[in-house]
Amino acid sequence: MTEKLLISLTVNGRRHDDLVIESRYTLVDVLRHHVGLTGTHVGCEHGVCGACTVLLDGAPVRACLIFAAQAEGREIRTVESLSHGGELNDLQRAFSACHGLQCGFCTPGFLMLAEGFLAERPDATREEIREVVSSNLCRCTGYQSIVDAIEQCARGRREAQGEAR
Amino acid sequence: MSWVGRSAARREDPRLLSGSGRYVDDIHLPGTLHAQFVRSTVAHGAVTGVDLSATLAVPGVVAAFTADDLELGDITAVLDRPPSEFVPTAMPVLARDRVRYVGEPIAIVLADNPYAVEDGVEAARVTYEADRPVVSAEQALAPGAPLLHAAAPANTLVDVSMFATEGIDAVFAGAHEVVRVRANTARQNALPLETRGAVTSWDPREEQLVVHTCTQVPHLVRTSLAECLGLDERTVRVIVPDMGGGFGLKCVVGREEIAAAAAALRLRRPVKWIEDRRDALTASFLAREQHYDVRAAFDRDGRILALDADIVCDMGAYSCYPFTAGIEPLMASAELPGVYRVPAYRVRARAVATNKAPSAPYRGVSRPQIVMVMERLMERAARELDLDPVEVRRRNLIVEFPYTGVNDVTYDPGSYLESLNWCERLLRDEGWYERREAAAAEGRYVGIGYSCFSERTGYGSTAFAKRKMAVVPGFDLAEARMDLSGTVTVTTGTMSHGQSHETTLAQIVADRLGLDIAQVKIHQGDTDRIPYGFGTFASRSATIGGSAVARAASALGARLLRLAAHLLDTTDDNVELHDGSVRRRDDHGRAVSYRELADVAYLKAHLLPKDAEPGLTASASFDVHGDGTFSNAAHGVVVELHPGTGQVEILRYVCVEDCGVAINPQVVEGQCRGGIAQGIAGALFEQVTYDAQGEPACASFIDYKMPTAHEIPDIEIHHLETPCAFTESGAKGAGEGGTIGAPAAVLNAVNNALLPTGVELDDTPIRPETVQRAIGACP
Ligand code: FES
Ligand code: FES
Repeated sequence: MTEKLLISLTVNGRRHDDLVIESRYTLVDVLRHHVGLTGTHVGCEHGVCGACTVLLDGAPVRACLIFAAQAEGREIRTVESLSHGGELNDLQRAFSACHGLQCGFCTPGFLMLAEGFLAERPDATREEIREVVSSNLCRCTGYQSIVDAIEQCARGRREAQGEAR
Repeated sequence: MSWVGRSAARREDPRLLSGSGRYVDDIHLPGTLHAQFVRSTVAHGAVTGVDLSATLAVPGVVAAFTADDLELGDITAVLDRPPSEFVPTAMPVLARDRVRYVGEPIAIVLADNPYAVEDGVEAARVTYEADRPVVSAEQALAPGAPLLHAAAPANTLVDVSMFATEGIDAVFAGAHEVVRVRANTARQNALPLETRGAVTSWDPREEQLVVHTCTQVPHLVRTSLAECLGLDERTVRVIVPDMGGGFGLKCVVGREEIAAAAAALRLRRPVKWIEDRRDALTASFLAREQHYDVRAAFDRDGRILALDADIVCDMGAYSCYPFTAGIEPLMASAELPGVYRVPAYRVRARAVATNKAPSAPYRGVSRPQIVMVMERLMERAARELDLDPVEVRRRNLIVEFPYTGVNDVTYDPGSYLESLNWCERLLRDEGWYERREAAAAEGRYVGIGYSCFSERTGYGSTAFAKRKMAVVPGFDLAEARMDLSGTVTVTTGTMSHGQSHETTLAQIVADRLGLDIAQVKIHQGDTDRIPYGFGTFASRSATIGGSAVARAASALGARLLRLAAHLLDTTDDNVELHDGSVRRRDDHGRAVSYRELADVAYLKAHLLPKDAEPGLTASASFDVHGDGTFSNAAHGVVVELHPGTGQVEILRYVCVEDCGVAINPQVVEGQCRGGIAQGIAGALFEQVTYDAQGEPACASFIDYKMPTAHEIPDIEIHHLETPCAFTESGAKGAGEGGTIGAPAAVLNAVNNALLPTGVELDDTPIRPETVQRAIGACP
């Protein structure tokens, strides 16, 4: 019989205790099927497509390549953390404005990738954004509108920063 | 201001962006069993034994079934053609005595969790008596080749010869120039990012089998399920949640969804099957592996005189339902002449069976290839006749409409010449021709290429009947219902899987009824809520679905007008819809709001006119009688070849498209860009390969190279608008054009860059080695 573990994960600021899992369960499976946050998607389970991207201590990671048990004690953020009270955040709004999604299956992965990246590199150029976008796969959009969206969001954030100063 | 023509924000976006979309794997019913399949490890052979005892001993495994256990009917897709033209091949839901490709499902395993079920599959033991596999069309057609299906001699499932214009041989014999293109295109995977999957369960209260599945064709899945399981259609309900793409791969019925449904019926427990990426790449449906040998005769001025084509499509092991193995050869042969005035035409097109995963439609179906072939012929003729390739196209394009071609197809008005001219002007004005010369002077390889094409969209019953399919998709039905709050729900038989129908169809309805799109809700993908429909494929949704929806909305509007006229004490023609109410034309001050009308229609039926029924519902249908409508576009591409790596870099990509009235221009551009990305993928990267034993070589995204933002450039899109005369909104379809036009344009650009080498390439994908070799051969 496969041995069960009891773990606790902190997801979007909330602690989930008493998660009974097997050591081989991946983080994405546990987020989706045990924590009940199905916004993070699975496109390949072998670390290439990036649909499963979440933030681990602020950095984008592929949740299909990490065992859930490895994420204990770390801050996990998923797509569900982006909007507040039903209001989309600026990144999500930019995706909508630029038509950066069609079927939406890859979208949570791109959103979390961009969220992590922009926090690190708020001054990113279009080329740098395109470079980062190239780490995930999208079959619908041809990527241009995803690059547009991230660029628009970055610009907006910089302008807001400028005003604040 | 009208909603149609506006880039309205998508209704789908808020839920999809916040992680609250609901895709099939997001559905979890209490007590769910997880299913996976024991799949064939040999490409061709007899199954001599299936031992599931070790599987059943795996902790967590609950059951495992073979074909014998489940007693399922076969999936059989049929064309209404004589045996000399078409051989039907039953596709069993689970393989019985024979297997015909690696990955073919043999048994379904069910377990408490998705990890245990993998262990269970692993533990199964199947024995085979392997036969020699047939892994290419050439092998399939070779004399003495092993046969996949006893009923199909020479492994040929479809063999049609058509349009043999009288005297065509004499035309070739007397022609000034005859050029030939032999082109091969690789097997590809449509590759929606969401793999296939289903959640199936028995609902004892409704006495229904409920199947949540990600399909483009919910009603066809219901029909097929009912047939295979021996159920009445009433007892099957197919519900489609949000879908993560489809691109044609999900417009055929999958064996696994039927097996999962059968297991749920048997065990009376919910069953979930989510295809993993490995199966999606190796054991799902594939497409596009075709071989062309085409000759074209030209006069000295570059005018095409005749076209003679031999087309072989490698369809894999079985016919898909409902389209059959005829999907690719019949499309290719009917549409090959494309946008050109071809006076004489002859074609033979075949579908052959091979020991590979079967083929399904994939965005564009054969048209990426036929456009590629026609555009190569134009370029080659230009080269031989020392003419400008764009000029040769101009001399051959259809410019007067309607035009009935040698292929017995009538083309409605389009902007073939205008789009090509615009495209060329864009690249000329940007100085690419000079830049190409400058690059050549430095010994660099820069090339400019074009494609010009049209795309038949909105196939109605007549067009599909011409194909002689036993299942003739075509019409669409829509129902519009206004509720007490004055908002409207409209059903459609089409099924959006990324194309934004909840927005675009709502735009059409909003205009018809003078509402805001926020007051219109589009319902799709539930066979219990929606009258029979054919789903979304062949760019039919805006044209056919959109027209049905428009008519239903207008019919509802007519009911509102009649009721309002009665309440306002006037005649039907003295009232009009205006901004959520109906007012008198002669006295705008006298009006009744939709809410008030609904109040009467539902809650005060005694106030209705004598002949009026209570409630506010209306339905309508739409079909295309005739050949459909043609969208068109021209693509212009500039590439640079890098000798060191053999890489093809796209420096510039422009597209001038005409899909009639663009309901939502931003959505149209999204369809174009996404389609072009898939076309570039086919031209330069993607290829499903098999080894000599029929073992698939691409089992992960590492082996199957799907392009990223690194490889796909920014694409500039311009619009022309030739409205369709017979669709309700003037729209033509826009779903497939990008994919159709891109391979030809890219291939032509690469060949243009290779001009100094004398090498010409006609096969896709263009591999880096091929480019390196071509350049290396240059003195
Ligand atoms: S699912 Fe994790 S990278 Fe594809
Ligand atoms: S929007 Fe469909 S995969 Fe990206």
